[in-house]
Amino acid sequence: MDDIQKRLIAEVADLHSVPDGAYSLRANGQSVEMKSSANIIIEKKTDKPGIDIYIKDGTRHESMHMPVIISETGLTEVVYNDFHIGKDCDVTIIAGCGIHNCGDQRSQHDGVHTFDVGERSKVRYVEKHYGEGDGNGERVLNPTTVINLRKDSLLEMDSVQIKGVDSTLRKSIATIEDGATLVIKEKIMTHGHQHAETDFTVDLNGEGSSSRLISRSVARDKSTQLFRSNINGNNRCHGHSECDGIIMDEGKVGAIPEINANHVDATLIHEAAIGKIAGEQLIKLMSLGLTETEAENMIINGFLK
Amino acid sequence: MLELKNISYAVKDGDGSKEILKNISLTLQDDRFYVVTGPNGGGKSTLAKVIAGIITPTEGSIILDGRDITGLSVSERAKSGISFAFQQPVRFKGITVKDLISLAAGSNVSLDEACEYLSRVGLCARDYIDREINASLSGGELKRIEIAMTLARKTKVTLFDEPEAGIDLWSFNNLIKEFEKLHDDIHGMILIISHQERIINIADEIILIADGELRGKGSREEILPEYDCLTMGCRFTAEAK
Repeated sequence: MDDIQKRLIAEVADLHSVPDGAYSLRANGQSVEMKSSANIIIEKKTDKPGIDIYIKDGTRHESMHMPVIISETGLTEVVYNDFHIGKDCDVTIIAGCGIHNCGDQRSQHDGVHTFDVGERSKVRYVEKHYGEGDGNGERVLNPTTVINLRKDSLLEMDSVQIKGVDSTLRKSIATIEDGATLVIKEKIMTHGHQHAETDFTVDLNGEGSSSRLISRSVARDKSTQLFRSNINGNNRCHGHSECDGIIMDEGKVGAIPEINANHVDATLIHEAAIGKIAGEQLIKLMSLGLTETEAENMIINGFLK
Repeated sequence: MLELKNISYAVKDGDGSKEILKNISLTLQDDRFYVVTGPNGGGKSTLAKVIAGIITPTEGSIILDGRDITGLSVSERAKSGISFAFQQPVRFKGITVKDLISLAAGSNVSLDEACEYLSRVGLCARDYIDREINASLSGGELKRIEIAMTLARKTKVTLFDEPEAGIDLWSFNNLIKEFEKLHDDIHGMILIISHQERIINIADEIILIADGELRGKGSREEILPEYDCLTMGCRFTAEAK
């Protein structure tokens, strides 16, 4: 692996050496390395690019890393990763995609991840997207996440995209059964002419099911963002979505929330607040000795923390 | 020493302009405790904002220890030794109490150090240090944290804009002690905008501002009769009509 690839892996998966436990590394459209553990079995798909991950019932306190990196210009790929998670598990999955494009052609990675989370299992899923390179070639990442949460299970998804991705459409579709909970936190910052779109569809089908979607975004320069969410309360359930955006320079952020209460005991809430940094926030921090730029950075770093 | 020389501030009002501060000149000494009082809407907060650099006066100059600071920004004034506790504290998503206390103290504070400042305003550091300065905190809690930041800054000039608002009576007694302690510790200048008699009672000097003008500066005995006349007199006059 070369230095660029090593740096990308460190950036998206916080990995500096071969991780303990199960992992799968994909670089420039090819599976480079895969390792299963006793409880987490990784198998390469035979009909299309991607892997199946089987996590045995009762697997606890284990983690799996699966970084994807692209350092060739002009490479476009679609990868399918399916997680089959057993009952009573407690696991962490760290995925991420980094693109280094110093050529003139578009590099694109479309990852389609499905999660079938077994009864009473807890899963933490961390996904980080990052792009770099000084070429004119676009860096495009379109992740799709399809989630099925079985009875009393929990999935917490942290999704971060702070730098360097020119265009992204992030789609998450979830169905939630009795007593199960979905928490999605996403943080996005766009620069230049970048465009980011988020699209959540959540079906709260089970009794006592719940979901929380929290999106924090910053649009700088001439970048644009669109947040769409559609939460359907089909049973006694609780759904909450929150979209907070900071716009700077000529950035634009739109939010289109949709909540549908299809059951008399469904409680659904949407909150959205988009605007520039409040002048009084800047003044407060400046009155503690920061310059205007330092104050702005502190506000944004806190907001995206 | 802080000198305000012929400070005026006017804003546009329709086709004309409205004067918020009218030719105010004041000399404020180090190691003195001043209370600025007067009717609401009289220009007290504007005066504090002029000193902190948030508002630039239309005319006049501000001299701190012989240096003209009229053209300095809010940050530069903060660095030259002015602290300002806002009347309405500001909320921040994602920024914690620890972040702001550290910023105020000038270095990353430990739990013990944070405790020193927060306990003085009646908050337990352990419960608050990692909390975000967001809507989960009540107005009273925010106000105390705002005051704790000025305690951490230890500057030669400290301005408080109505610190008593939103603070309950028990805490208020303690806060008064803290203002006195701050005064004793730093020997700097404290200027508090307040209507509270008990704060007025501990001041070295009272400054009365009404209708944008300086109406008086002196001891409690000298100033309060005029203050009563301004506030109560107007009310009775209005009722008589």
